[in-house]
Amino acid sequence: MAEVVVDRVTKRFGDVEANRDISLTVPNGEFMVLLGPTGAGKTTLLRLIAGLERPDAGNISFDERIVTDDPPAQRNVSVVFQQYSLYPHLTVFDNLAFPLRAPARRVPEIEIRRRVEEVARLVRIDHKLTNSAVRLSGGEMQRVAIGRALIRRPSIYLMDEPLSSLDAKLRADLRVELKHIQADLGATVLYVTHDQVEALSMASRIGILERGRLVQVGTPQEIYERPASMYVAGRLGIPPINFLPVDALPVDSAPSQTTIVGARTEHIELLPAIDGQAEVVLVEHLGGEDFLHLRVGEHKLVTLVPPGGHWHSGARARVRLCGPLCFDAAGKRLAA
Amino acid sequence: MAEIELQNIQKRFGDFTAVRESSFTIRDGEFFVLLGPSGCGKTTTLRMIAGLELPTGGRILLDGEDVTYKRASERDIGFVFQLFALYPHMNVHENIAFPLRCQGVGRAEIKRRVAEVAELLRIEHLLGRSVSGLSGGDSQRVALGRALVRRAKACMMDEPLGALDAEFRHLMCSELHALHDRIRATTVYVTHDQTEAMAMADRIAVMNHGVVAQIGSPQDIYDRPLAMHVAGFIGSPPMNFLRFTSGLAPGEQSVHMNGETIRVPALRQGAVEGELALGVRPEHVSIGDTGEMRGQVFGVEYMGTMQIVTINTKHGQLKARVPSRQRLHVGEAVALAFDSERLLVFDTVSGGALQSRLFEGSANG
Repeated sequence: MAEVVVDRVTKRFGDVEANRDISLTVPNGEFMVLLGPTGAGKTTLLRLIAGLERPDAGNISFDERIVTDDPPAQRNVSVVFQQYSLYPHLTVFDNLAFPLRAPARRVPEIEIRRRVEEVARLVRIDHKLTNSAVRLSGGEMQRVAIGRALIRRPSIYLMDEPLSSLDAKLRADLRVELKHIQADLGATVLYVTHDQVEALSMASRIGILERGRLVQVGTPQEIYERPASMYVAGRLGIPPINFLPVDALPVDSAPSQTTIVGARTEHIELLPAIDGQAEVVLVEHLGGEDFLHLRVGEHKLVTLVPPGGHWHSGARARVRLCGPLCFDAAGKRLAA
Repeated sequence: MAEIELQNIQKRFGDFTAVRESSFTIRDGEFFVLLGPSGCGKTTTLRMIAGLELPTGGRILLDGEDVTYKRASERDIGFVFQLFALYPHMNVHENIAFPLRCQGVGRAEIKRRVAEVAELLRIEHLLGRSVSGLSGGDSQRVALGRALVRRAKACMMDEPLGALDAEFRHLMCSELHALHDRIRATTVYVTHDQTEAMAMADRIAVMNHGVVAQIGSPQDIYDRPLAMHVAGFIGSPPMNFLRFTSGLAPGEQSVHMNGETIRVPALRQGAVEGELALGVRPEHVSIGDTGEMRGQVFGVEYMGTMQIVTINTKHGQLKARVPSRQRLHVGEAVALAFDSERLLVFDTVSGGALQSRLFEGSANG
């Protein structure tokens, strides 16, 4: 495993600046997640590190060795894509063994068998090693694809939305598994996703991309609790954070330059009150909790409440914000 | 608007039974969701109501009238499918107006009704636009508009949000729900996404292997699932099942699981020693120093306000949903306490829930 350093990298496609002046260090053994919406430049950055694209400016180095001009094969990276792309004519065993059988590697067959079995246990596919790759469920295929990446010990594992084609339950299971595998191997991982749940739950650190720029890097807690800007704050939280003018609701404390406050469920104090300033417009039942949609004047507010039917459409509530995030006119967060 | 009644409806494709002997009534103005994994028969059921498939047995009544063998076009039912299927050579206005044109509605009336629907869906500003440049969400709004403009007796929706990305899907969910609150059209909605079902349904029918396993309000199905596959299909993460073997007598208020005793709602039904499972929702577990069960933290998933903690116990793995301010570490030994009034016990052989006090006073529809 290696430390990967991206140093002032820019990549253009025609007029579009996909990555703009990005600097990022992924320390050895870290699980780094790049989070951003479609078009933010996260996949481009991953492809630059893999060597599938060349930057227009800047350098990429692995353990202090500059690899900017090296082709992918010389970089010793392992990539998992969203689409599993297994070899359909090969068994699970042979798919897993494939990277080790490259002529240049000359790994003895007995060593191949040992490593395939080890990895197959890790991704829990060891009971299907002799199956043909096409006779697997979607989740199994993706586990094989991840296993095939893990069988090598590259400098870094690059993963581009590897779980997004799976169903919700399997995705939840594999999230925990993948994090475990990474920790067990001490692997360096750069993982690209637009799913905030994956980012929050798996990352050692998250990098947030906004239109080609890396706008904040930090632990999930840092990014969630102390986002640099409204843009970052808006990436995280279910339901999404509520942005309101500072004078829309009573706020316990806010710096004087505050123009917008960002309120998540944990910042919202809610009491039933006939003369309350907020009106319930919709209660969405989600089972373990309810989404409460409120209207405060012309503003909307969504928050979580425990289920149990205490709230109904048309009810009124008194709302107060306690310790919300505060932003200035430019959308930058102000320290409390 | 209309009531839809299915009587012993059945559909076979050759040897394969897609839907077996299902009877239920969809109430006038109701948002009714057919929920289940792929292949459970939910889409086939919807297509039979719409008249796109003929049942091999049973009857379908639309407002009391037998429509079982009527053509789709004679049933006065609107559709929205997962793939928006807009007419690419027409603009938004023409797409929405299309069903009315086919019915020979007059120009002025068409204009009025398209404008009304467009306002409802907040797409007035798009009416003159070509549909080819629209975003996924706007395309889906246009498709909805086309279904609503007819003012059909009922509206059938087959995974209409399936093609949208997660963030946007939630927004559309809220929008559809609010829209239904306003127009109260009888709606049958097919999905495999339990979040959508929970968020929008007045009632949910959970299907599995061609059978309707349970019908009820979202909260009822969530709190009082009658079968393991229902409980395990709903919730995020879904219900945990912890296996044990000791027998149970009716009236018991606790279960003995391999040396650990867990309090449960008083059982009205016993079970002989065999394969049983304790059903626990992730939010009904608290983690601390004392509790009814021991475990070891296997994984911690930070989710912002809340975290999901995976715990290995001697009865199997369990996920708990607890506030993130509680600091927990992988490998840590912990004790688990349960919200005993909310626990269920299942017979894992039949898959059914054992009756208990929890089920009394339930508002099953």
